[in-house]
Amino acid sequence: MTELSIEAAGLVKSFGETKALRGVDLNVRKGTVHAVLGPNGAGKTTAVRILATLLRPDAGYARVNGLDVLSQAGRVRESIGLTGQFASVDEDLTGTQNLVMIGQLLDLTKKEARARAAELLDWFDLTDAAGKVAKHYSGGMRRRLDLAASLVGRPSVIFLDEPTTGLDPAKREDMWDVVRRLISDGSTVLLTTQYLEEADALADEITVIDHGQVIANDTPNGLKRVVGGQRLTVRAADPAREDDLRELLTLIGGSVPSDEGRGTLTVPVDGEDVLPDVVSRLRAAGISVEELSLHLPSLDEVFFTLTGTRSTGDERTASEVSV
Amino acid sequence: MTAVTFDSPAGTQARPRRQFRQLRYAGVLAKRNLIKLIRTPEQFIDVTLQPIIFLVLFYYVLGGALGGSLGAGAGGRHGYLEYLLPGLLAQTIAMTSISIGQNMNADIEKGVFDRFRSLPIGRAIPLVGAVLAEFFRYLMVVVITIGFGYILGFRVETDFMSLLAAIGLAICFALAFAWISVWVGLKMRSAGSVQGVMMLLVLPLTFASSTFVPVKSMPGWLQAFVKVNPISQVVDAVRGLLLGSHANLPAGVTTATAVGWTFAWVAGILLVFFPLAMRAYVRRT
Repeated sequence: MTELSIEAAGLVKSFGETKALRGVDLNVRKGTVHAVLGPNGAGKTTAVRILATLLRPDAGYARVNGLDVLSQAGRVRESIGLTGQFASVDEDLTGTQNLVMIGQLLDLTKKEARARAAELLDWFDLTDAAGKVAKHYSGGMRRRLDLAASLVGRPSVIFLDEPTTGLDPAKREDMWDVVRRLISDGSTVLLTTQYLEEADALADEITVIDHGQVIANDTPNGLKRVVGGQRLTVRAADPAREDDLRELLTLIGGSVPSDEGRGTLTVPVDGEDVLPDVVSRLRAAGISVEELSLHLPSLDEVFFTLTGTRSTGDERTASEVSV
Repeated sequence: MTAVTFDSPAGTQARPRRQFRQLRYAGVLAKRNLIKLIRTPEQFIDVTLQPIIFLVLFYYVLGGALGGSLGAGAGGRHGYLEYLLPGLLAQTIAMTSISIGQNMNADIEKGVFDRFRSLPIGRAIPLVGAVLAEFFRYLMVVVITIGFGYILGFRVETDFMSLLAAIGLAICFALAFAWISVWVGLKMRSAGSVQGVMMLLVLPLTFASSTFVPVKSMPGWLQAFVKVNPISQVVDAVRGLLLGSHANLPAGVTTATAVGWTFAWVAGILLVFFPLAMRAYVRRT
């Protein structure tokens, strides 16, 4: 049997009337990236906080590196790194001061802490901003500093709670590269995210949770087999051609496209190979389009497929109504 | 970017367990709080300008009238300055302690405390570090109050050792009193309400004490409260240490008893409010 870095069973946690977790099991193999996928309010952060010894579960148990997060919390803290949803850097300290402080709290000498800080700042492209107060960092820089802070102690298990939420797409890719490098280093990464795209890009295994319960646990490919792979989204420039477009997409995708509103049609396809075919058929039919994209199912579509209901407790639902 | 080198396998690095490490962690975090203080210099107003303004106001506005009430031989504006200064010292210290609660309240929302909680350091260390950093603010209060008092004509009537003892005692009390503010800061939902609640505590404590006027001028029921009030004990102790036989202490109080009671209160406040603050901290997530 493979060695587990994180094992949790039956985690329950309530905040007053709100049941944040209703019995969550989670097994993360050593040296892998494990994504916990779910909407806002699904219980992702609560689960991470329990595993990182910040919260006590009401019921169930959790072990990190074989150590109990309750009775051996102190030893668990020696081998974990935590990057929170909201960058937990000290805004009034410079990048260097932030990292040196963490180093000294991890028993490094001042000299070692300085060396480690310089090394990490360099790694995260923050050397130029090392002497600047974190308050003046951009959102992406703050995230990187936060991640650097969680790596000071060379943790073997790293928790990344929504590391890319709020970052623009280019910065998101940067963060993905960082995560990939962490695994190549042998660390185990538990990552929470709201994007199937992100989980698919990074994770070896994905646990989908909603309303504090695990609703699926699979490899990215396994999950995509269930929810379907790529989606093709097309919007006709001329609304009058929408019916022609629908007919064409039905032919390509083999099923009737769903109407996303404002003339946007989406249909599941086999893979990106269809794209050249789509373009040539559109040209042949003389339909000009304003939007043409291939993407993985949105979290909403994943949930719809897995549970038959739209995910709730999510501002996504609200914005959908307003569209 | 260059590749980062990990010279030891992740997580297996043996960390030397040096002695007094919790104390060292507290020092590291005290330094953090000092850096934050220095970056926001307006945080020094209450320890620099406030004692000066209070001294000027009480000395020139009220000193003439109140000085006469001190009794034969001690009266006059100068007599009141002698009486007032140790009291103002205690009052300013109590007021100064409000800001640590406010800072704690604002600080804990920002996520950096999550980082501290995920590190293998003692639970209390982030709080202890914050209180330790206050030491420098309290030291400023004491130096500025006594220094400015000196300009107005205040003189220490005892010796240098007694002066040091008075300063040490005042700061010792302040560091204990700060835990009340820390607790309130962790309990309240906003930094503004910390100020409100602490003022409700600090104003009656500092005014219903021997700070501004002798206890014997107050009605009997109030005297009962004033006599047990911790602020009265600190004020009397500091007065005794700075002024010796001129201290104008209430009947039955000596410098030694006042110092003794001050330490009893320091211990009492710590025994109650340190655990309360810790509980509030652990529960606040």
